[in-house]
Amino acid sequence: MPPPTPAHDHVVHSESFLRSLMRRQLSLSVACAATFLAALFGLPLLNYFAPALMATRVAGFTLSWLILGVLFFPFVWVISWYFIKHSIALEEKEVAQVQHDKERN
Amino acid sequence: MPTVPLFALIGGVDPWIFTFSFLTVAVTIWMGFRSARTSKTASDFFVAGRSVSVGWNASAISGEYLSAASFMGVAGMVMSSGYDALWYPVCYACGYLFLLLFIAGPLRRFGAYTIPDFAEGRYDSPIFRKIAVCFVLFIGFFYTMPQMKGAGVTLAYIFPGLPYWAGVVLVGAVITLNVALGGMKGITLVQAFQYWAKMFAISVPLFVVMAVFGFYNGHVAANVAYGETPAVAGSGPGIERQALPAKAPQDNAWIAPFGPLTTKAVNAAAAALPAAQRAAYLAEHQRPYSLLYTYSLIIALVCGTAGLPHILVRFYTNPDGVAAKRTTMWVMILIGIFYVFPPVFGVIGRNLMPELYTGVGAKGTDKIVLELPTLLGARFGVLGSILSGITCAGAFAAFMSTFSGLLVSMTGALAHDVYGRMLRPQANQKERLVAFRTSAVLVGGVAIGLGCFVEPLEINFMVGQAFAIAAASYFPLLFMSVWWRGMTMKGAAIGMLTGGLCALFAAALTNFSTLALDKGPMGKLFSGFAPLNAFWAQHPLLRILSEQPAIWTVPLAIGLMVVISRATAHQVPGDIRMKMLVLHAPENLGLKQEYIKEHQAEAAH
Repeated sequence: MPPPTPAHDHVVHSESFLRSLMRRQLSLSVACAATFLAALFGLPLLNYFAPALMATRVAGFTLSWLILGVLFFPFVWVISWYFIKHSIALEEKEVAQVQHDKERN
Repeated sequence: MPTVPLFALIGGVDPWIFTFSFLTVAVTIWMGFRSARTSKTASDFFVAGRSVSVGWNASAISGEYLSAASFMGVAGMVMSSGYDALWYPVCYACGYLFLLLFIAGPLRRFGAYTIPDFAEGRYDSPIFRKIAVCFVLFIGFFYTMPQMKGAGVTLAYIFPGLPYWAGVVLVGAVITLNVALGGMKGITLVQAFQYWAKMFAISVPLFVVMAVFGFYNGHVAANVAYGETPAVAGSGPGIERQALPAKAPQDNAWIAPFGPLTTKAVNAAAAALPAAQRAAYLAEHQRPYSLLYTYSLIIALVCGTAGLPHILVRFYTNPDGVAAKRTTMWVMILIGIFYVFPPVFGVIGRNLMPELYTGVGAKGTDKIVLELPTLLGARFGVLGSILSGITCAGAFAAFMSTFSGLLVSMTGALAHDVYGRMLRPQANQKERLVAFRTSAVLVGGVAIGLGCFVEPLEINFMVGQAFAIAAASYFPLLFMSVWWRGMTMKGAAIGMLTGGLCALFAAALTNFSTLALDKGPMGKLFSGFAPLNAFWAQHPLLRILSEQPAIWTVPLAIGLMVVISRATAHQVPGDIRMKMLVLHAPENLGLKQEYIKEHQAEAAH
């Protein structure tokens, strides 16, 4: 696919295009970050307000140790995998949209 | 008789440990020089490297990232402080998510090589570049100190007769010389190899140790939490604990959140009170302050990861923004797997090698990764030495790769930005080479000098401080510059400088006061700061905010950026819409080429 020649491309250079571009990507990033931060900042709160629950033994670990020392890593991998899948799809859609608009003009 | 110290030095050396360590050093230096011959210029590293595949690049980034703190420090801190120290490995790995979500893709699209390049390009301001360069040095020096301690600890372990400072000077001098002579450039292959070497060195000895002495969960279970009986904790047969010395934290404090790491300041304050008031004071303050400490630590590590200059530079070797994102994900997987292992050393070390709790400096818990495998020696003879040799080799790979990476980026900043652009822009090629070598020796010398002072400080803690400085300076700069088009150069510069310098002073103050407590020569040297400890015993909250400054410096930096940018709104760069498009639009739209053309046309007029 050859890159489109955008020399005087009104679609790409319009204010609305930039706004929607940044808004869509940022909202995806913020949604992923919010999930991550909820877990990251939530765990100390659970430790603080529910110490007995978090001290429950699970296969020798305390629940809190198991979450932080082991389970947190795969959790973050899942978020990053979700983000990359959707962010790449988003970019492809943007490129397709721009080309579609140009063909119409 | 001059031969006696030499005998004392060689006497306690284990030939296996020495051989493995020596081989690692030799191979690393040889690979560095070999690759340096094939790619001579900086642009080889920057531009030609852009064809590097995702797998190689992710290994290389991981290889440069996993420093002495990851390899030795995390284990040492888990051993000394327990649960709270787990935040370090988790945030070291998960901080990359912030980088992925907000910074990696746009930064790669913008096509600047380094953060100073980005600062100049985004704001069309050479002055801002100079300000940004300072933080390469600030963060770099804070980051090299723990690497130097790692070197000192490892050499003091291999040569039991060698003083700590001699190890720092020896390793520091070898790496500095190596960088000055042109080896150890940021070569992808060498760094990728080092990731796999470190992964091998941390996991294989650990699996052997666990197979013999019991697994991770069993060793955690051996610690009885508050209100539990040993039967509930599940201390199964097969875990033979050694008696804990008096200096070690109790089981219930060690295994639970808000343990010795986060309660140190409040406990010191309580100790200064009359005995009758202590219990009430602790009940009121201990846990809230610990929560604050934990949050500040998390912010420093997560935001700091997204602002480390020597890591960000590697993202430009990705072919495009999509590859940059994929690389980041693979980095998280590679280092995430790695970070499961070091805490296990700490946990097992607590049960089987508690005598390290009584050691100080180079003889303390920071060397648990190196020493734990020797326990196998009692049953399997030479196997213990071989495995200990492997972890020593991994430690060498860890501090050598990170130290040389930092040295290259700091030397580059000094030689390229300070000398080449500020002092003598008209210098020729030969003068520049001399400047590069002089800078390398200068930076290496300062790093060695600083490294000699920090023996009493924990490796992992010092790296955390470097992250805190990055979190308050580069992270706000990158995050806000990428997503907010209202930023002006003045706002960015003042926010970054204020936040970063506040974090820097807070970290330095904390270290000075900790060094004043040392019983050795450092305590005498820094005795002038002893009154600070008395002050902090009165005000534990201030101590926590100084030890973990991110919770106030990061909002301060971002707040200043917003306020000052609003006040100077007329100075927003004129072509801001185009800049934002380049940062955010997919490469397929071809905006970058157009942007460069426009800039060249402007320059020609």
